[in-house]
Amino acid sequence: MELQKLENIAKQVRRDIVRMVHQVQSGHPGGSLGCTELLVALYFKIMRYQLPFKMEGKNEDVFFLSNGHISPVWYSVLARAGFFEVKELATFRKIDSRLQGHPATAEHLEGIRVASGSLGQGLSVAIGMAQAKKLNQDNKIVYVLMGDGEQQEGQIWEAAMYAAHHEVDNLVAIIDYNGQQIDGAVEQVMNLKDLAAKWKAFGWEVLTIEKGNQMQETIKTMEHAATLTHKKQPILVLMKTEMGYGVDFMMGSHKWHGIAPNDEQLEKALAQLEQTLGDY
Amino acid sequence: MKQYPILDKKDTRSGFGAGLLQLGNQNPEVVALCADLTGSVKMDAFQKAFPERFFQVGIAEANMMGIAAGMATAGKIPFTGTFANFSTGRVYDQIRQSIAYSQKNVKICASHAGLTLGEDGATHQILEDLGLMKMLPNMTVINPCDYNQTKAATLAIADWNGAVYLRFGRPVVPVFLPENTPFEIGKALLLQEGSDVSIFATGHLVWQALEACQQLAQKGISAEIINIHTIKPLDEVAILQSIQKTKCAVSAEEHQKHGGLGDSIAQVLVQKMPCPLEMVAVQDTFGESGKPEELMQKYGLTAANIVDAAQKAIARKNA
Repeated sequence: MELQKLENIAKQVRRDIVRMVHQVQSGHPGGSLGCTELLVALYFKIMRYQLPFKMEGKNEDVFFLSNGHISPVWYSVLARAGFFEVKELATFRKIDSRLQGHPATAEHLEGIRVASGSLGQGLSVAIGMAQAKKLNQDNKIVYVLMGDGEQQEGQIWEAAMYAAHHEVDNLVAIIDYNGQQIDGAVEQVMNLKDLAAKWKAFGWEVLTIEKGNQMQETIKTMEHAATLTHKKQPILVLMKTEMGYGVDFMMGSHKWHGIAPNDEQLEKALAQLEQTLGDY
Repeated sequence: MKQYPILDKKDTRSGFGAGLLQLGNQNPEVVALCADLTGSVKMDAFQKAFPERFFQVGIAEANMMGIAAGMATAGKIPFTGTFANFSTGRVYDQIRQSIAYSQKNVKICASHAGLTLGEDGATHQILEDLGLMKMLPNMTVINPCDYNQTKAATLAIADWNGAVYLRFGRPVVPVFLPENTPFEIGKALLLQEGSDVSIFATGHLVWQALEACQQLAQKGISAEIINIHTIKPLDEVAILQSIQKTKCAVSAEEHQKHGGLGDSIAQVLVQKMPCPLEMVAVQDTFGESGKPEELMQKYGLTAANIVDAAQKAIARKNA
């Protein structure tokens, strides 16, 4: 798919995110807006998968979201990619919805393979899926997105050690490196110091996306990451993004991590986000 | 009275190891993960026979639960192995979110449960695991009583679609169930018919209950012995059928009284057929170092304790 089309999808996804969160006055717009380019790139350009959705994902690239609170961006991208109907986005976080506040499998929402929300668990699950693929002689890739604040969870480092030791090389893990978490800047709350050096020291191949909110660079690096798989090393992509990207007043602060815009703010936000595919 | 001669003396964990090895031969989707206790939890035979399907995780149980969830997502049937303490309390949130809530077909196999772990002491003697696991929706909880039943349970859970907690132990104990004894998940096993009191026992306490049955018979008391190997789903029908006849009950388990089998039975009884229930269990304390038999005695988990409890239950019924 050509770049312009992908950028148009990203614009619509951003509208979806802001509208979903506004409608129920809850959810996490900041990280969702920041990861829009990555998810659009993965589902519309990088990954090879089939519809209708199958849980086992045999001979498909699969994606796990470990930082489940950015469910709005994932739900929007899944709907826009045809996993389920776009109009279902209107049920986000409401009673009897399949679009739970944090992603879940219990309601059988197409595209979700494991629940996430309690942080630090997605990388382990992705590793398990990747190793099962190897047992099944399936050479497709497992992608997993984590948050940067999430790197403070100990389980991440158990998983990092394991994947390098077992040469889980059909795995691409991405960190949304936006520098923000609920209580403030990551370096203030719990400094990650040299994150790239840490992952290298654990035995991973580390790539960096300097501008994770630029579609072209994101695609280029993710395509490069795919070419580095199956070489005896797991791949880590450090993706620098801006929380709240695309809505000027939501950018550059941790404040929009987990709050919803009011009516006036919604209007202001939507004025900055072109409707390209039609609102749900 | 039905007799249960001691057929052999073996540890229940070895029953798990034998079952897992057999599964390796029978089912190519079965995989095993272990957190640095391969010999202790008897996964070594599987590891040797199927090295490509065995995954050494190191001392990282949280990661092990997540990996198992991922493998199950892809259609594998993962069996995780470590001590009961590290299989439950240490990794509760991983089990809750990535396995139970996510409906993953993971078999959590837990050795060295309870006081009979012995000399290692209270840090390792988990007595809360049945409670922790039975509280989770989508979780099946099984606590077999001897080598043969543990092996049968290991085979059965591979064919059961859903998350399972399988609890077994360290010490060498009597093997008393014949090898061909049927094992059905969720179906209690009637070991001895009786009319005065129902004794519901699980795990290592089943043998104690059978011994108690003999002692009670000498006192002219007819005890019904029912082996509840599946704590959840609980066989309510079997429990109520027995209580209808005996009108009083004893529960016996190597677990805290809070959250264990006794709790589950009490819930059924108070809602459907109120009657006296005495609980043989650990009374809200941690364990300590010692020989398994010494600990069982000190913490009140012997045949003699079951006899006392049965007499108390009968006295309350007749009061």
